[in-house]
Amino acid sequence: MLSKDVLLSRTAHTIYWMGRYLERAENVARFIDVNLLLMIDLPQVETKHWEALVMTSGDVDLFRKHYPDTTQNHVIQFLTFDLNNPNSIFSTVRQTRENARTVREIISTDLWEQVNAFYLMIQEAAEKNEILYAPHEFFSNVKKECYLFEGILHSTMSRQESYYFIRLGRYLERADKTARILDVANFMPPVDPANIPQTFEMIQWIAVLKSVSALQMFQQNFRDMSAENIYQFLILDQDFARSIYYCLQRSLTYLKLISGESSRIRFSNQAEKMMGKLKSELDYADIQEIFERGVHQYLDTLQTKLNEIDNTLYDTFFKF
Amino acid sequence: MRFTGYQTEHFHDELFLTKNQAREGAELLIKKIDSLTEGELLKRQQSAERSMLYMGITFSLYGDDCLGKEQIFPFDIVPRIIEAEEWEFIEKGLKQRITALNLFLEDMYGDQKIIKDKVIPEYVIYSASSFRTPCIGLKPPKGVWCHISGIDLVRHSDGKIYVLEDNLRCPSGVSYVLKNREVMKRVFPQVFEASKVRPVELYPNMLLRTLQDIAPNPVSNPTIVVLTPGIYNSAYFEHSFLAQQMGVHLVAGSDLVVQDGFVQMYTTQGLKRVDVIYRRIDDDFLDPKVFREDSLLGIPGLMEVYKQGRVGLANAPGTGIADDKVVYAYVPQMIKYYLGEENLIPNVPTYLCWQDQDLHYILEHLEEMVVKSANEAGGYGMLVGPQSTKAERAEFATRIKANPRNYIAQPTLSLSRVPTIVDDHLEGRHVDLRPYVLYGDNIEVLPGGLTRVALKKGSLVVNSSQGGGSKDTWVLSKKAKS
Repeated sequence: MLSKDVLLSRTAHTIYWMGRYLERAENVARFIDVNLLLMIDLPQVETKHWEALVMTSGDVDLFRKHYPDTTQNHVIQFLTFDLNNPNSIFSTVRQTRENARTVREIISTDLWEQVNAFYLMIQEAAEKNEILYAPHEFFSNVKKECYLFEGILHSTMSRQESYYFIRLGRYLERADKTARILDVANFMPPVDPANIPQTFEMIQWIAVLKSVSALQMFQQNFRDMSAENIYQFLILDQDFARSIYYCLQRSLTYLKLISGESSRIRFSNQAEKMMGKLKSELDYADIQEIFERGVHQYLDTLQTKLNEIDNTLYDTFFKF
Repeated sequence: MRFTGYQTEHFHDELFLTKNQAREGAELLIKKIDSLTEGELLKRQQSAERSMLYMGITFSLYGDDCLGKEQIFPFDIVPRIIEAEEWEFIEKGLKQRITALNLFLEDMYGDQKIIKDKVIPEYVIYSASSFRTPCIGLKPPKGVWCHISGIDLVRHSDGKIYVLEDNLRCPSGVSYVLKNREVMKRVFPQVFEASKVRPVELYPNMLLRTLQDIAPNPVSNPTIVVLTPGIYNSAYFEHSFLAQQMGVHLVAGSDLVVQDGFVQMYTTQGLKRVDVIYRRIDDDFLDPKVFREDSLLGIPGLMEVYKQGRVGLANAPGTGIADDKVVYAYVPQMIKYYLGEENLIPNVPTYLCWQDQDLHYILEHLEEMVVKSANEAGGYGMLVGPQSTKAERAEFATRIKANPRNYIAQPTLSLSRVPTIVDDHLEGRHVDLRPYVLYGDNIEVLPGGLTRVALKKGSLVVNSSQGGGSKDTWVLSKKAKS
């Protein structure tokens, strides 16, 4: 009878961003981890490899402002613990926790305690600053905390607005990050879809797949590790949880659940309309078309559209 | 860590009658603690602290917006025990006091009979900064003004309980009562065995019922909200905790708006009507149209809706006049005037600086007294005579003379003590007690309360902002004697 089925606009905004920040932390962790391993396999590690990492986070200028040169330690520090970097793991987990604290009356106690413990774990690691001795362990712990979040969310929160907005935040953020990781990969070696990649390039493609935890699932679906197949999988696959298409599909589902309209109504607000349009574009896209338009161009437009959807969410639900 | 060697010194101890002799009701606890292996009590203490950190039971001091500086409210694992019979008396005394204070509020913003009958001097009321002229003529639902109160009690060396002050605005701390108990059960379950401790867990339900009681008619399923100043307020944890426990929305002023004659909140599905507001912001900030114009925390137009009887507010605006420390001195007279009864729990003798004969006495005896500012809380604006320097006393004398209405003085009490973990052993530390009283259709007292403890040796100031901590408070049920 005291249903909190409807959220305050401010609360919905906070909770949506909680989902986004957490997803961001997870992506950064996975991304650094994979690339650290990749460096071991590269014949020669160059500054540009480290630069590419910073580039994926989208904060190159900020990095240059705070660090004299692009070394492994600096990049890890910047992406992991630097509070000057709003997208570092520490910053995003701190923000996740701050948002969780703000909406503590909405989320389940178990979820709050997990976010809080996650934050304390990162804070302690930042103080000790010893992760360089065992980076893989640290980053995989970060990933595990994020999986734990997902599990607790799934099993302790009612399927109501609060749940839907967290999931919506996660999937939109994930779509954006997958697009970005692909885009940077595209930026590194020149892509010719007709060519089977060289060993060296192959290693890099494996790293890209691993960056989104996709290697195994990819191999179960495709024989050749060609650029074409990889793009096909990470952009258009219907079943893989980190493909852009999948993320859009889920986002649309949550938006429909939030507006609570029956399936006979095509859309009931602007956010739903834009999301539906974008999703149906991908429904009927194929990889050749994307190559013809240019992968970079395509991903760039996609990211712009995701940003527009984010703005529209604000106008539709969060503004007051 | 054991009680062997524990000294009550010349203080009243809440657990011990004298050295090695436990009070009735405390025997089981003491036996239990004494039977622990060496180091175990300390381990449990540390585990309690860790659990509080992980549960996020933290607060940040005012003006401290940096996350890193968040801290847990210090907690001591040795509980304070109150026997059933004594609690029965306390409960009766508190109900009597709250009944009278509520009648006083009604009178103050109504006919002011108590002034006309010269029981309380007019001057005391009109000079009080907490008297709210805009509240004159208000008629809160069911005549209840102070729905949630916290009354601070202390025990003196004579063994008697006294009321130290009344808190009728937005008393905080009840979340710690609940969380302290939860942590105790998690880390130290065996001490509860056989002690028959009365549960405190029902508080959120009691509070919810109280709030439902003041919903404007004829709402059958009222929308209730907790109004907070925001995430940087030191009591934010408590605000969100209570909202969560009651299953209601936690709102900030900016989430609310007055539209179409009602208070409404902005939701993802548009505006939604609010029926009852448990407000945790002061009168001053409630409605910039009526109180402080510069308030950004409040809701413009709220008071008008309230006057129309279209929203319930807990507590009602204006209750601050009843916990002004000068007005406090008149509570025994109020009880007599409104109820025709003698007060059950006595006041601490109080000297009023605005009365000349008292002022002389106070200035001559500053070294023995505690001086308090009439309107401040949190242990601020206070002089503890016996622990003050000559310079501090001189400064206070000047302040008192400049604004005598704003100060009261009381003899320094020798607060009772409870054994507390200090490094690796137990020592007595001074405590007070804040029980919580709810006033809806009935008056209810939560069987428990916040025992605050001054952790510094010899200190009498228990406020968290001044190095105080807290303890679980056990009210025993009648059959506790085994």
